[in-house]
Amino acid sequence: MTSVVWILQFILTPALSPLCIGVIKKMKARFQNRVGASIFQPYRDLWKLLHKDETMSRDASWIFRFAPYIVFTVTLVVGASIPLFALFPSHIMSSDMLMIIYALAIGTFFLALAGLDTGGAFGGFGSSREMTLSALAEGGFVFSLLTIALMSGTTNVFSIAGSGVLAQGQYVLPVFLAFIGFFIVLLAETARFPYDNPATHLELTMIHEAMILEYSGKRLALMEWASANKLLIFSAMGANLFFPFGFAVSVDPQAIIMGIAILFMKLFVFCFVITLIESSMAKFRFFRLPDLLLISFILNAVALGLIYSL
Amino acid sequence: MFALLASPTGILALFSFFFVGALGSLLTRKYDTLANAWSSTLAIMGCIWGLLVASAVMLSGATVSFGVGRAVLPILVISFHSDMLSAFFIFLISLIGLLCSVYGIGYIKHYYGKYDIGVLGFFYNVFILGILLVVTAGNGMFFLIGWEVMSVASYFLIVYDRHEHDNVKAGFLYLVMTYIGTTFIVVSFLLLYKYTHSFDFEVIKHSIALVPASVKNAVFVLATIGFGIKAGIVPLHIWLPTAHPAAPSHVSAFLSGVMIKVGIFMMIRLFLDVLQPIPLWWGAVVLMTGAISSLLGVLYALTEHDIKRLLAYHSIENIGIILLGLGSSLIFTSLHMLPLALLSLVAALFHTLNHAIFKSLLFLSAGSAINQVHTRNMEKYGGLIKYMPYTAFFFLVGSMAISALPPFNGFFSEWMTYQSLFQGIMLSDISIRWMFISAAGALTFTGGLALACFVKAFGIMFLARPRSAEVSHAKESSLSLLIGMGSLAALSLLFGVFSGRVVLLLEKIARGFTIFQSTESYITISNSQAISVNNGFASISGVTFLGIFILLLAVVGIVVRFGVYRRQQLRVGATWDCGTDLAPRMEITATGFAQSIVLIFKGILKPSIQHEIEYQDSETRYLPKSRTVILGIGDVYQSYFYQPLRKIVTLLSLRTKHIQSGNVNTYISYIFIALVIALLTIL
Repeated sequence: MTSVVWILQFILTPALSPLCIGVIKKMKARFQNRVGASIFQPYRDLWKLLHKDETMSRDASWIFRFAPYIVFTVTLVVGASIPLFALFPSHIMSSDMLMIIYALAIGTFFLALAGLDTGGAFGGFGSSREMTLSALAEGGFVFSLLTIALMSGTTNVFSIAGSGVLAQGQYVLPVFLAFIGFFIVLLAETARFPYDNPATHLELTMIHEAMILEYSGKRLALMEWASANKLLIFSAMGANLFFPFGFAVSVDPQAIIMGIAILFMKLFVFCFVITLIESSMAKFRFFRLPDLLLISFILNAVALGLIYSL
Repeated sequence: MFALLASPTGILALFSFFFVGALGSLLTRKYDTLANAWSSTLAIMGCIWGLLVASAVMLSGATVSFGVGRAVLPILVISFHSDMLSAFFIFLISLIGLLCSVYGIGYIKHYYGKYDIGVLGFFYNVFILGILLVVTAGNGMFFLIGWEVMSVASYFLIVYDRHEHDNVKAGFLYLVMTYIGTTFIVVSFLLLYKYTHSFDFEVIKHSIALVPASVKNAVFVLATIGFGIKAGIVPLHIWLPTAHPAAPSHVSAFLSGVMIKVGIFMMIRLFLDVLQPIPLWWGAVVLMTGAISSLLGVLYALTEHDIKRLLAYHSIENIGIILLGLGSSLIFTSLHMLPLALLSLVAALFHTLNHAIFKSLLFLSAGSAINQVHTRNMEKYGGLIKYMPYTAFFFLVGSMAISALPPFNGFFSEWMTYQSLFQGIMLSDISIRWMFISAAGALTFTGGLALACFVKAFGIMFLARPRSAEVSHAKESSLSLLIGMGSLAALSLLFGVFSGRVVLLLEKIARGFTIFQSTESYITISNSQAISVNNGFASISGVTFLGIFILLLAVVGIVVRFGVYRRQQLRVGATWDCGTDLAPRMEITATGFAQSIVLIFKGILKPSIQHEIEYQDSETRYLPKSRTVILGIGDVYQSYFYQPLRKIVTLLSLRTKHIQSGNVNTYISYIFIALVIALLTIL
């Protein structure tokens, strides 16, 4: 049974992430009074892309060829290193919060290099914008996790989720501030509104789509899948680190199914909030985005200062 | 053998290698090949010997202390003192020196016939000799001699390529700044001498109680400025981004990787060992200097499109990160939290080692590229990965290491620095905590911006299409260059994956300090190379990460390759650019890549834009002939720090000029007055 838990821990992220995308797309369609595609459409898209022929730029080097594999694998590693439905697969050493943040940076690094590699005008600007945003998001990202790490007395994300101190009265305000800060970073890192529009290929605004513009076939599938994984990773971290409840406590099938069901519900809430944001507001102008990220950083710094002064 | 290595003979033999190397290359200067072979071989042998000596001293844990000859003057004693910290720096110097020398064998060839190879070999060996003297000197006066040897030799290496006017200017600036720094150091040593009556570091350390607190503070400020100039902390860094790029690339690697660390070495030695106990504000000053240096270093690096200047600015950033570790260590020492101080010192030492490795790697691989493309301007590069695949790969490894991406070494030392800052945030004192919060904030932004900067550097130089014809003539570097870079790249990975081992060793070195001798350790290393800090507050393992990553990468690769394979075709075509013909000018430039970050930080960087339009007919001004746009970055240090300083100095000089009348009688009266005052004070 333990091995089943471990296998679940490793495959849950890639297995669920297209569903998250599907659910968001479906809800967005309903908000726009459309029927929308089925919530399983992203799986079909991936399946279709995986079996298509590929076209590649003649300027592309091995970076372009290997980047999708690296970017996708990074999301798998990180997806396996965060608490999803249970806290017992916790002794892996890649669960340190800084390890997670910097491992995700490997993905960003290769994604941006792949955008530059084909020498098109779009890819380069996509990379430039992506690196600008991710550089500025890093402060908020580290500090939001650091706030709850210091409260829990550990930087291991499993131990943070399992510490149970976050629900204590004096920590409510810092946790709340840190969560707002984290959520701003979530939107930036997963290329969502108001940072990026995942639904358009409009050249003036796109960031993530611009970098993967030259990809096709199975490599495009891996890139799309990796970005879906990233959305799930961030949502799961937001849900399980800031609201740590409902984990499976024992290794019996019933508890695990319960744990997964609660994860589903938490993820659904995150998807709903993201949909709400995307349906109700416009994308920001690029040079207004740093202000938002700075707000995230300051909120987190305040949260850090509040922990001990209470 | 072991006893011989860790003995006075072993250390003197080390110097003799470089001495012979220097003399020999002067003697053989008529023949380029022979001079190159002689100087490189002796330097390589010396460095291998240095590695052995350093390992022997570190393993035995014994301090080698000895004097040579009789004291020439009562204050100048040629005495050596090689403890664990010196041994660590000998190790660092020898390691980087070894690989730079191997690289040099092939790299120097393009100077044949243009410049004197014998002179290069001479100064190169003297330079290494000087640095070795600095880290082993046991006496302040003797230390200064080593310091001068190092500075002068490095000056001649910087102006070696003397046909470039800029290099000569850079060398002059370096010389001026170095001498200002040396002045500060001399004054701080003299202050200590006044109270302890000795220049010997050991004697000073034992009689430090005789030095009043105010004098100690003055010594701290003077030493921070003096050694800070060498280390390149902001705002004393102005020589660094011009001087490091000017030297031949293997020397740049050595300057950036090793020489600036000598400043750090002396700060560690003085503040943590000789001058203990220290007040709290010293650590605070060092910590804040580190935060400012790291953040500004990386911001200025982003604005550069000269690849070697970009790397030089990153040296400033990394010195800042090292100072964050050292500053936390000093603060914890003043608060008597020695286990935490030990942890922070290990972080600082680890980053010193790692930065030496990946920065030399980056300078060497950039040097190979420059050698082929004949320009340092990144905008003229592009697509080099197809012409120089190995060099590109090594540069990529260096980029990932300096951007602190796991599993390379840069990540692990930055992680440890973070841990020491986190421990500081958990302190109860509000003001200290906010200091640590701002330092950690600076470090997070530094990390993110460094990543952006190296996407720019690697992407613009090596990816996409060539932006100039020079690139398509580029060829892969020769074997000796590849060996030099390849070994550094391998070390970069090894020191990351086996970071646990390295950290244990560094902790042993840090324990060489008197204050840390019986300190409990906050670092534990498990069997799987995992580093744990402060009873499992945080733990991390390079081996596990690399293992899981490679395993999953293999699974993904195999599944995608064989699982979904249905005889798909891979067609190669042109990049989509809306149906227009692709031209190199359509690619993003280094300037364009960084422009949005520059604009976001315009308050600090002060970007300027200047339009110049030349018209066909200057009267009517309808048809423009040519348009120029000049983008620049305001030099805040020049306009707000150095210019006012220069004005004050000039003003004071003008005032003092009045006493210089040129009349002999006046001078005689000056002497008479001085004599009277002297007599009065004595009586």
